[in-house]
Amino acid sequence: MAFKRNIDRLPIIPADAKRHNVTCHYCIVGCGYHAYTWPVNKQGGPEPDKNIFGVDLSEQQAAETVAWYSPSMYNIVKQNGEDVHIVVKPDRECSVNSGLGSVRGARIAEMSYSEARNTQQQRLTDPLVWRYGQMQPTSWEDALDLVARVTAAVIKEKGEDALYVSAYDHGGAGGGYENTWGTGKLYFEAMKIKNIRIHNRPAYNSEVHATRDMGVGELNNCYEDAELTDTIFCVGANPLETQTNYFLNHWVPNMRGTTADKKNEQLPGEEHPPVRIVFVDPRRTVSINACEAEAGADNVLHLAINSGTDLALFNAIFTHIVEKGWTDKAFIEASTGGFDEAVKGNKMTLEEASNICGVPAADIEKAAQWIAEPKADGKRRRTMMPYEKGLIWGNDNYRTNAALVNMALATGNIGRSGGGCVRLGGHQEGYARPSDAHVGKPAAYVDQLLIDGQGGVHHIWGCDHYKTTLNAHEFKKVYKKRTDIVKDAMSAAPYGDRDAMVKAIIDAINQGGLFAVNVDIIPTKIGQACHVVLPAATSGEANLTSMNGERRMRLTERYMDPPGQAMPDCLIAARMANHMEQVLRDMGDADYADKFKGFDWTTEEDAFMDGYHKVAKGGEFVTYDRLREAGNNGVQEPATGYESGKLVGTKRLYEDGKFGTEDGRAKFMVSEWRGLQAPGKQEQKDKYKYLINNGRTNHVWQSAYLDQENDFVMDRWPYPFIQMNPQDMTDAGLKEGDLVEIFNDAGATQAMVYPTPTARRGETFMMFGYPTGVQGNVVNAGTNELILPNYKQTWADIRKIADAPRNVAHLTFKSQEYKST
Amino acid sequence: MHRCKAMADIGRRQFLRGSALVAAGATVAAAGAAPPHAKAAMPAARVEYPSNRLANVSELKMNEPLEVNYPDADAPGVLLKLGARVEGGVGPDGDIVGFCTICPHKGYPLAYSADNRTFNCPGHYSVFDPEKGGQQVWGQATQNLPQYALRVAENGDIFAEGVDELIYGRLSNVL
Repeated sequence: MAFKRNIDRLPIIPADAKRHNVTCHYCIVGCGYHAYTWPVNKQGGPEPDKNIFGVDLSEQQAAETVAWYSPSMYNIVKQNGEDVHIVVKPDRECSVNSGLGSVRGARIAEMSYSEARNTQQQRLTDPLVWRYGQMQPTSWEDALDLVARVTAAVIKEKGEDALYVSAYDHGGAGGGYENTWGTGKLYFEAMKIKNIRIHNRPAYNSEVHATRDMGVGELNNCYEDAELTDTIFCVGANPLETQTNYFLNHWVPNMRGTTADKKNEQLPGEEHPPVRIVFVDPRRTVSINACEAEAGADNVLHLAINSGTDLALFNAIFTHIVEKGWTDKAFIEASTGGFDEAVKGNKMTLEEASNICGVPAADIEKAAQWIAEPKADGKRRRTMMPYEKGLIWGNDNYRTNAALVNMALATGNIGRSGGGCVRLGGHQEGYARPSDAHVGKPAAYVDQLLIDGQGGVHHIWGCDHYKTTLNAHEFKKVYKKRTDIVKDAMSAAPYGDRDAMVKAIIDAINQGGLFAVNVDIIPTKIGQACHVVLPAATSGEANLTSMNGERRMRLTERYMDPPGQAMPDCLIAARMANHMEQVLRDMGDADYADKFKGFDWTTEEDAFMDGYHKVAKGGEFVTYDRLREAGNNGVQEPATGYESGKLVGTKRLYEDGKFGTEDGRAKFMVSEWRGLQAPGKQEQKDKYKYLINNGRTNHVWQSAYLDQENDFVMDRWPYPFIQMNPQDMTDAGLKEGDLVEIFNDAGATQAMVYPTPTARRGETFMMFGYPTGVQGNVVNAGTNELILPNYKQTWADIRKIADAPRNVAHLTFKSQEYKST
Repeated sequence: MHRCKAMADIGRRQFLRGSALVAAGATVAAAGAAPPHAKAAMPAARVEYPSNRLANVSELKMNEPLEVNYPDADAPGVLLKLGARVEGGVGPDGDIVGFCTICPHKGYPLAYSADNRTFNCPGHYSVFDPEKGGQQVWGQATQNLPQYALRVAENGDIFAEGVDELIYGRLSNVL
């Protein structure tokens, strides 16, 4: 049977409950929520004067009511040391989600650490060190002293290039401006660490480098643009599952026609035909299905291109638009440069693209028409061009990104209502760091250098290479070997003799070992290899600021205590810096020690004021108090002032036609098609039978780091699914739910077969980054010239491991597509 | 789907009987607060569900949902004969199931697709599988679909006697 909670009533929020502003800490969209808390021995009642809603709760509430919450929105947590009830429910007044909660965000409460209700008991509560052959709890003082002594010894002896760092750069949980500043100040200011990488890729680089080089920041529009646009050209993205409430609350109303008044009001003097949507994706997704249901199949065009051929498609559409004269000549003239060179360099006919992409030339032509052919009244179409991991983790990232921005610039769709060429995003953003210029371009391929035996110490902040990197099979093999050398040395030394312990570790490092320190909120897979594990606080356990996909910045207020001794990352970084300073001073190097000054923060707000407030564009206007006042609607960055008690922000970027280049002109870029670019990809394609396309699924947030302890999610997905065409399954002797091995020359992994009639023959889709089957194991080491991984273009063979096990027997394998009848 | 008035009426009468029990319990609790030494009534850990006759097995047609209400008139649901034994199914063939049809995400009424044998939400596209205990095939709800605990009497009458998840729009399944 499907998992059921058998909860048939919930405590009622009393009228005097405390209310805290909360931005969901999972995806980029950042839906507004409120956390209500009240003492555990109190409860409200159904009478209107006894509950926070002021309504009669003895009556059935209607659809969309604010006066209801699900069991997943409820928990009992600690607040200032006392047990309190907590309800975390969506905020109807937040313009982002208007009261909607996704299957992920609506579980914030249930995914909180609760000793009373046994949720998220996996959370780390104490610093842990490798002692007597296993991980054992210790004090912050002890753990940080060991980290600082080993780190200081290594960088003194071998230089700072021997300190390797993996550090997230995002917002939301395990991120945010406070925390990226904490690690940024430590590694980029106190030190100049070059061998550093980001949470989801093996180097320190932008995922969207091309658009930035063209002067176009990747988050340049606002969510309302999806309500105003005439055409959405959506590339390599599945927004219903991965930016859910952006899609439901801003795309769908446009498709349903309920934004007509807004269009007439904001964009008078032009016709507003029904919105059209183009999806560029080798796979049919639930997003496409939902658009067909809402906009009508006639207004949806699915370009199911051959995997990795987006660049050829974009160049052909660009060429066609230019040939038809549908470009925005005034905009190109006034605000851009390099157009003629791009037209010449990127020339691609519809037929050439059709051959490469495997879709009819007529469909490519239709896409060009939907993007740029003037409306019946002669006015320019407003076209929004969102993209995400299909492009970002796809073939030839840099050029493909450039080719898409070329199309947006050519049609004048940046800085314009209903336009935008924007990444849809994964995590929220929350980047405030000192300059990273010393890292260089291309940045160091950190994972490969670690595999090659480089580095002596590795600090890991909220990253799990074992689950979310490429070439993961090889990485794990080498990483375990290197960290085991240090573990064995530590096991042989008496723990209490610090000098002997540090010497044993350094000796082991000199024999090829690696000393690994992991800062995280839960025990991770890579944490199994580490020697020190430090417990971090997450969103809601500390104040935290981030921004969403329309640059909307909010403060999530602290509403509960972190587990045990856990601290926010910014304070862990500060305490690490304090210890480094002390150890270097003890070593007699006062000059080096002085570099670690300036970390005297005692709260996350100190880190915010030292970082974002001082260094971010518009940061001088932003304080915690002002964000508290701004509530769940916050302010869209950059802030430009504080007037009449309110922060003033920026709805859209580049509305003035001035871009982020030296001369203020956006640059077109030559981006020629060159086949599968990353080393080894074409060979893999030629050698193996199945495309192993990969990505996210609705129920799961990120790598399931919290979901792996959520009964509701693990009941649905005990193993990562791999969607397969039923005929392919028959040919391979597979049934639904069977466990299969996916294998190629890079490695092997496992998944559970999900029959999918809409999957094309030979093209599968597997969940990415899942703990019970890591897709990255079969992604080869090939990257682009800027060390961007290419997860999507992966080919492998598939063979059966076992019949569906017991924990799969109750699963449904029906179509995930909504059906109206 | 057409609404069977007679069934709804019977359901409503049963509902009133059930809710009377709850009301009586509430009275005891309220009265208990007044006298100085009165002992507080011990509340049940779970709500008291009414045992309501929803239909007779003879009225069910294969793969056609029969509209019912449970635990009261404001909570629409269906009984469904699936044609093959399923976990949680009752009746001579073990194939009769009952579900609340208010979507547990935002409270929209679910529609049944006889082709796919799924409940579908027109609000935000969630899909639930009645052959798998109401498991959410895909969707935004953080619960699987609330299913009725059913009992079939010797004469074929089908009674609902409980629900396994919280029903949307109420903080107690029995109001």
